[in-house]
Amino acid sequence: MSMKTSTRQVNGVTIVDCSGRITLGEGSVTLKDVVRDLLSKGQKKILLNLGDVNYIDSSGIGELVSAFTTVRNQGGELKLLNLTKKVHDLLQITKLYTVFDVKDDEAGAIKSFS
Amino acid sequence: MTEQRVSYTLDSTLETVDSAEQAASRIASEAGFDDDEVMRIAMAVREAAVNAVLHGNAYDPGKKVSLAFERIGENLVITIRDQGKGLDPDKIPDPLAPENLLKTSGRGIFLIRSFMDEVQISPSQTGTEIKLIKHVPGPSEGAKEASQ
Repeated sequence: MSMKTSTRQVNGVTIVDCSGRITLGEGSVTLKDVVRDLLSKGQKKILLNLGDVNYIDSSGIGELVSAFTTVRNQGGELKLLNLTKKVHDLLQITKLYTVFDVKDDEAGAIKSFS
Repeated sequence: MTEQRVSYTLDSTLETVDSAEQAASRIASEAGFDDDEVMRIAMAVREAAVNAVLHGNAYDPGKKVSLAFERIGENLVITIRDQGKGLDPDKIPDPLAPENLLKTSGRGIFLIRSFMDEVQISPSQTGTEIKLIKHVPGPSEGAKEASQ
């Protein structure tokens, strides 16, 4: 199953609901395109909801890092929401869990954006 | 335990990466690993296949990736070979070093090592062979773990 995304706006924050796999090829390209599109529209408060992402490989991790740094370099914020156990464990072993701002409650995550 | 060997010769394409992962998932499952271990083994094979297709063979349609699964004693041994220039494992930066944490690539070998019991990387001028080894828990070990 490839990756699918849909976006919605809540209190100035763009929530990107992701599902499927973020892997080399289609999945990582989809994520890159979505983030690039949001930034081009000036939407710089981005919450990636990964609750339905059941698989991510090293390319997908790389794309998350790229999205995070790209948004930050443009003065925005990108946070992660609802990690599955598999994604959580991957971010732990790659020491990225503390790099990303990870949330598990959507309302709280929205309030946390400056 | 019966000795078994299954091997594939694959093109240097993204489809190969998916095929290798699916084969690993099926064979690891048949070997008796639990779901979490199946996922880890399949991901290790996927990462090794990505390295072979992208970095080894560089998508060259004239170069192939060979993939073999073997049951040797109590181990599942997976061998992936490309026909590239050879990967020097000593030149791979540590992806956990603070200066590398925000790099967008370079985590594949690290993940492979994290998920497998033993990893042997043998580069040569005719390609890189990577051997991934995972101990297959026997029925007695499974029973012991279950009772703890």
